[in-house]
Amino acid sequence: MNIATNEQSIALGVSRSRRDFLRGAAHLALGSSMMSISPLVRGETARKKRKVIVVTFGGGARDQETFAPEGQHNIPHMLSELAPQSTFFTHVTNQGILGHYVATASLTTGVYETLNNFSAVPPDHPTVFEYFRKELKRPSSDAWVVAPSNGFNRIGESECKNFGPGTGATVILPKHLLSAAARGGTANLDHLLRDNYESPLFTPSLAGGEFQIQQLESILRLSVSDFMSHARTLSSPDELSLYIAVRLMQEEAPSLLWITMHDMDVAHSGAYSLYVEGIRRTDRLCGELWKAVQANPEYAGNTTLLILPDFGRDSDLDPGGNGFQHHRTGDVASRTTWMMALGAGIKQGVLYDSPIQSIDLVPTIGAMLGFSAAQSNGRPVKELV
Amino acid sequence: MLPSELKSEQFSEYPPRARALVAQYMEVFQALPISLAPNLLREVIDYDYKFPAERARIDDELKTLAVLSKQERQEWFRGFASISLPEKLTQFDWVNEPVKFSEQQSAYLWSTHQMDAFRKAATEYYARLQRATVKTQLALQRLGIAVIGQGADEYDEPLFQNLKNHGTLFSRLNPENGLELLLAAVEKRAQSASAEYGHWYIDGGHLVRNPQGLTCISYASIGPMRAEMLKFMQKEIQTPGMGPERLRTDMAAMTPKKLGMASSGDEVLDRFQLKVLSEGSGTQIFSTTFVQWTTREVLRRAEPLTILARYAPRQRQRPMNELLSNSSSEEQLDPKGSLMDADMGSYYHWINQQRLDGYDKSVFLVWWEGHNSALVVSPSLPRGATSSTVMDLGELLKLALV
Repeated sequence: MNIATNEQSIALGVSRSRRDFLRGAAHLALGSSMMSISPLVRGETARKKRKVIVVTFGGGARDQETFAPEGQHNIPHMLSELAPQSTFFTHVTNQGILGHYVATASLTTGVYETLNNFSAVPPDHPTVFEYFRKELKRPSSDAWVVAPSNGFNRIGESECKNFGPGTGATVILPKHLLSAAARGGTANLDHLLRDNYESPLFTPSLAGGEFQIQQLESILRLSVSDFMSHARTLSSPDELSLYIAVRLMQEEAPSLLWITMHDMDVAHSGAYSLYVEGIRRTDRLCGELWKAVQANPEYAGNTTLLILPDFGRDSDLDPGGNGFQHHRTGDVASRTTWMMALGAGIKQGVLYDSPIQSIDLVPTIGAMLGFSAAQSNGRPVKELV
Repeated sequence: MLPSELKSEQFSEYPPRARALVAQYMEVFQALPISLAPNLLREVIDYDYKFPAERARIDDELKTLAVLSKQERQEWFRGFASISLPEKLTQFDWVNEPVKFSEQQSAYLWSTHQMDAFRKAATEYYARLQRATVKTQLALQRLGIAVIGQGADEYDEPLFQNLKNHGTLFSRLNPENGLELLLAAVEKRAQSASAEYGHWYIDGGHLVRNPQGLTCISYASIGPMRAEMLKFMQKEIQTPGMGPERLRTDMAAMTPKKLGMASSGDEVLDRFQLKVLSEGSGTQIFSTTFVQWTTREVLRRAEPLTILARYAPRQRQRPMNELLSNSSSEEQLDPKGSLMDADMGSYYHWINQQRLDGYDKSVFLVWWEGHNSALVVSPSLPRGATSSTVMDLGELLKLALV
């Protein structure tokens, strides 16, 4: 067999493979046959109560380790617990720069941002948090970001005119918090401070709305010693992120919560087993998050959960890359992912394989919560609003 | 500066053979679009330290371009000519720093959404070159062997999943003396078809022995170079303003001399080993990554007839800063995780082998070391089949190479 790649056929194959598998394994039906069973959330009261949680299933996950048939054993929680309740999009493309910070920033603004991936700079366009708070007149306590990497500390808000500092989300960096709480003594906690291979040295000075250590107690009602004790029971930075996110849900109940997962980006070190381990952990954490939503009266019944990778990773067959290790080629596998939506206002057990873009996320959330995302280049996903 | 303004004297810093090559084909370089010229020079600047197969490829490329008519060149370069670059990049000293240029070009292409167009142009250009290149007959069937799973006594996930549809799974092999049988077989091949850098033995631990006629490289043998590289990385990390991109650029500019390494007498191999460490992510910290990346680069660059790649257990995952500091006195190993790494690595070994000439006749064998299962991809064996024939590794290889 010669190794040849035909990008169009790969894209189509990826989407079909995911669709066919989900139709069988997770009992999902094609969307066109299911238009009549939408439990849409209607009315102003319902909309005011509605909450949205976004999880970026990152950094960078390919089909073949997730929803493709050969990857299904890595995601038992999403497959058997979440997918049957979800509307699933098999073909989400990211046409932007495939770096984690810049891609996540693009997800939050609905514009393919072009900022330096390794700089501590805010997005160039207003974020979903700024639109949300400004148009709906929501307090700062209603929009939060939990991100594991220090490089994400500016993702909560832009510096745009009429938006900007103080109008976006508060950003919690659990690893930063842990370092601060430990005051340099991180014995037995180093595994939670593990950074990805590409940026072990990237620790920009923090500025903007990042969460301060003093707020552990005032907002999360958590003493430093309790935080440290619990941290010692966890095994990875993403587990720490989930712990903080669930605590936030209990104490602040934000209406817009954004959680960025990152463990699987250990793939850059070239160790396939560690990459797969990261995916399996993130799958478990997504299942736990959904259980936490159901167990919390503030969230149960009125929350929409959106899960999507920031992008994929390079194909095994692209000669310019080295397979799963990186996301540098810009090939179809690295640009094509999926999105799962479940909860309030979402049809259950439906899948769509018509292409949508990752920048469609912000206007879609806007349509769900009742604000416009005027500067976004995306379009609301009609199947979700 | 644009390529049309190039002059021979601007290449005075190039090593002698590279300089002579540029002088010989100056007219070709002058005709290249700015988005392509530095990328070709990136290869040419290292010409003196490249493997014979790489030098032959560069020669072929330049010879092919030299005989194209003006109209043909316009057609070949159309995709690259449509890429726009800022003055800052065209003014850059891309003659002497083509690597740095291509990194900055890459960042610019991403930020201006031109990466897809560049990728398309490069793919089309490469396809044209391939079509224009005369294929040579190989002296032997190409052979790849991956020995995986050293130290992993148990494994509860299925192995060889990516390759099973391409070859035959053997489930009742006699593993006794297996590694030595494989080494002896590749040694015999190397002696029967001697070729400079044509036969390789790569080991993720220590070399079992140094087989005659093979180029040998191991994670243990590059230990001192690896330690120096990690020290260099640590020093860089502590430099104010350092970031991943600058670190990568600085590592790419590293030479054995700059790293304080004594010459082994084979500068081509010394430079290759250094590039494995300076350009491969994770090769400095995980032996499994080292074997996978080295195998990939040997196949891509040296186009050998034979590679025996043996994986060894890598160290357990620790915080990345700690891994890079190389500080732990007692290394804890992860044999199970390493087996999974190597299983994927062997798949990539096969894929990279299939990119080369003679792919339809090539043979690939992956064996779980010390165990009775192996998978063989060979034109002489059925695909997607299973065999319970009892035989040793030497007999299996003979069967595959028929």
